[in-house]
Amino acid sequence: MQKVSSQPSPVIHEPKASLAWIGQLFLVAVALLALYLVVSNLIKNPILFTQFVVSGLQLGFVYAMIALGYTMVYGIVKLINFAHGDVFMVGAFVSFYAVSRFNLHKWPETAFPGISEGLAVVIGSITVMLLSMIVCVMMAVTIERVAYKPLRDAPRIAALITAIGVSFFLEFFGALNFVFSPRFIPYDRPFEVVAWYIKDGIHRITEGQAPPDNSVTFSNIFIIIVLASILVQFFLQFLVRSTKIGIAMRATSFDKPAARLMGIEVDRVISFTFAVGAAFAGLGGVLYAIAYSSIYTQLGILPGLKAFVAAVLGGIGSIPGAFVGALIMGQAEALTMGYISTPMRDAVAFTILIIVLLVRPTGIFGEPEKEKA
Amino acid sequence: MKSRIVLSILVLLTVVLASCTPAAPAQKEIKVAILAPLSGPVPTFGVMTRDGALAAIDEWNAKGGVLGMKIVPIVEDSQCTPDPAVNAANKVIDQDKVHYIVGEVCSKASIPVSEIANAKGVVQISPTSTNPDVTVGSDGKVKPYIFRACFIDPFQGQVGAKFAMENLGAKTAFIMLDQANDYVKGLAEFFEKSFTEMGGTIVGKESYTATDTDFSAILAKIAEAKPDVVYLPDYYNIVNLVTKQAKEKGITSPFIGGDGWDSSDLDTAAADGGYFTNHYSPEDPRPEVQNFVKAFGEKYKDEQGNPKVPDALATLAYDATNLLLTAIQQAGADDPAKVKDAMAGITYNGVSGKITFDPNHNPVKSATILKVTEGKVKFEAVVNP
Repeated sequence: MQKVSSQPSPVIHEPKASLAWIGQLFLVAVALLALYLVVSNLIKNPILFTQFVVSGLQLGFVYAMIALGYTMVYGIVKLINFAHGDVFMVGAFVSFYAVSRFNLHKWPETAFPGISEGLAVVIGSITVMLLSMIVCVMMAVTIERVAYKPLRDAPRIAALITAIGVSFFLEFFGALNFVFSPRFIPYDRPFEVVAWYIKDGIHRITEGQAPPDNSVTFSNIFIIIVLASILVQFFLQFLVRSTKIGIAMRATSFDKPAARLMGIEVDRVISFTFAVGAAFAGLGGVLYAIAYSSIYTQLGILPGLKAFVAAVLGGIGSIPGAFVGALIMGQAEALTMGYISTPMRDAVAFTILIIVLLVRPTGIFGEPEKEKA
Repeated sequence: MKSRIVLSILVLLTVVLASCTPAAPAQKEIKVAILAPLSGPVPTFGVMTRDGALAAIDEWNAKGGVLGMKIVPIVEDSQCTPDPAVNAANKVIDQDKVHYIVGEVCSKASIPVSEIANAKGVVQISPTSTNPDVTVGSDGKVKPYIFRACFIDPFQGQVGAKFAMENLGAKTAFIMLDQANDYVKGLAEFFEKSFTEMGGTIVGKESYTATDTDFSAILAKIAEAKPDVVYLPDYYNIVNLVTKQAKEKGITSPFIGGDGWDSSDLDTAAADGGYFTNHYSPEDPRPEVQNFVKAFGEKYKDEQGNPKVPDALATLAYDATNLLLTAIQQAGADDPAKVKDAMAGITYNGVSGKITFDPNHNPVKSATILKVTEGKVKFEAVVNP
């Protein structure tokens, strides 16, 4: 940013040619092995492969909603907001209390007794999601004001450590008995899950009846997650490209002092960015809880970290990059679970992070520019 | 003055001498120590264990005791912790001169107590400690004076396999396990071993971690493999998640688990149609069970004055005490060396099943199978090993 103050770049010692050669060979070998696994299994049983891809898409689209928050916040204040995964967790818990304790999803039926059942469920569920999003927005804006804003001019590492601190605070404060309690809590869904299988057309799965052989199953939650995630993506593109606040966001991201000189209220723009990211994380949290139906206070850690990996993979700071990265992460995870083993999936996720940082630190969509001082 | 001192010394001497002389054939009572964690981390376990053991002793005393001797229980609080348990064991052995101990509940307390009891030739029977080290020493040899009344974890896997094959007619099974949990691993390993030995096929074995929430990949494999049963010997929180997601994938293979399912937090709607192995069920129609449930309920009431329903702990303590007293009866003398031999060869029809001991002093007995159905956990069958 400030060219004047830029320090002399440290001398980077290139690894010896032979060592680099071994490393590259290793990466190529890993990539070939992965490709072989995928292709051979695809040929062996394409139906099962498709089933894994479906569950990978479901995960990937959830990660996409979280990854957007990471990438937007990074793009604007160059902060990796590690508390983002915990905002996601709070979103899940808010919807849990709204549904289980206060029956918020039932309000249309009580308010308009004559309403059709389907419409009531849709309105009720959307209300629950909106409530979660609003609570997450308020929380994220508070966190930003209290924990990050005072550190805006401090070295970046200070803000990063604060972010980790906020993350731990949310997890362990939430685990107190009078807050969320440390238990695994069964989650009551605001609507029923309906599942279908695809074989000679789409058929509904009825309770207690197994779908036929060689069929791919999916549920209404899958459809909702995919639609919501795509909708969020388009909304964000529209927001950033075609609205005044979006232009302000891009300007702030590009050059904060100049944006301030042009009359942009930089602090407000930054808060807004945090708010948008938190709203999507909250929505993701609700959908994740609905999909996997059990919540606990450390729920956000792994999805949060994987969404972070997704954001890095796509190129941190890039919105389409986060989306694409998240989908790749979802597939990598689902195929690992399917063809290697379930406990390996986290190892694979973070191996991807290491490989990306080694091979292309700017990610798929990131511009290969030098990081600003 | 002087004579009074002499007199008192004489009296003291007489008392000391009298207490030293063995009152061999004229013995009128037999002491049994009950070591239960009445305080500490699991006080409810301790109370139920004590009540179960006392219920058994009262029944024997009402029938005239054992070998014509009245049974005197000595209850000590051992806190489910090694130090207090060791102190309590030393106290009852050295001070109260007991030859028989019922307890402790927790393995970590039972193991140090078993070392003392075995060295001092005191017969100990733990009602509920499942760790193999309770009855088998670090040298791999069985401790001759130590027994237990509960089956050990691997046994549940064996019983689960037997139930799946014989009662459900299963030929193929799929195993889901958490590699990091010894309890789960033990059950799963023995299920696999027994199931294959009896001629069944394990069509898949997949592991997960305790914090997983997404089981879609494993469930996709299950849907593909179409096993007759799925063995999931984990705690209820994982069971809730897996069975719920399985229902949504249209998986109809029944799930089978172990006593980790036994919780009021079990999602009975999701786990509907599943089975799990347990120590006992109060709904078991066998007369031993029904008589015990009735007698226990008459003796102990809860805060509202309703009869208490004995849980697995009370039942196992009751069986452990009965086993001990029956062994004394069969030995024909208050002699721990004879009692331990009688115990090793005993066949006893207890509330938790018909009990004999294997060479490692683990009971060979039936397990109870419970079925999750219509939002309740119901008695399904008793499976003999």
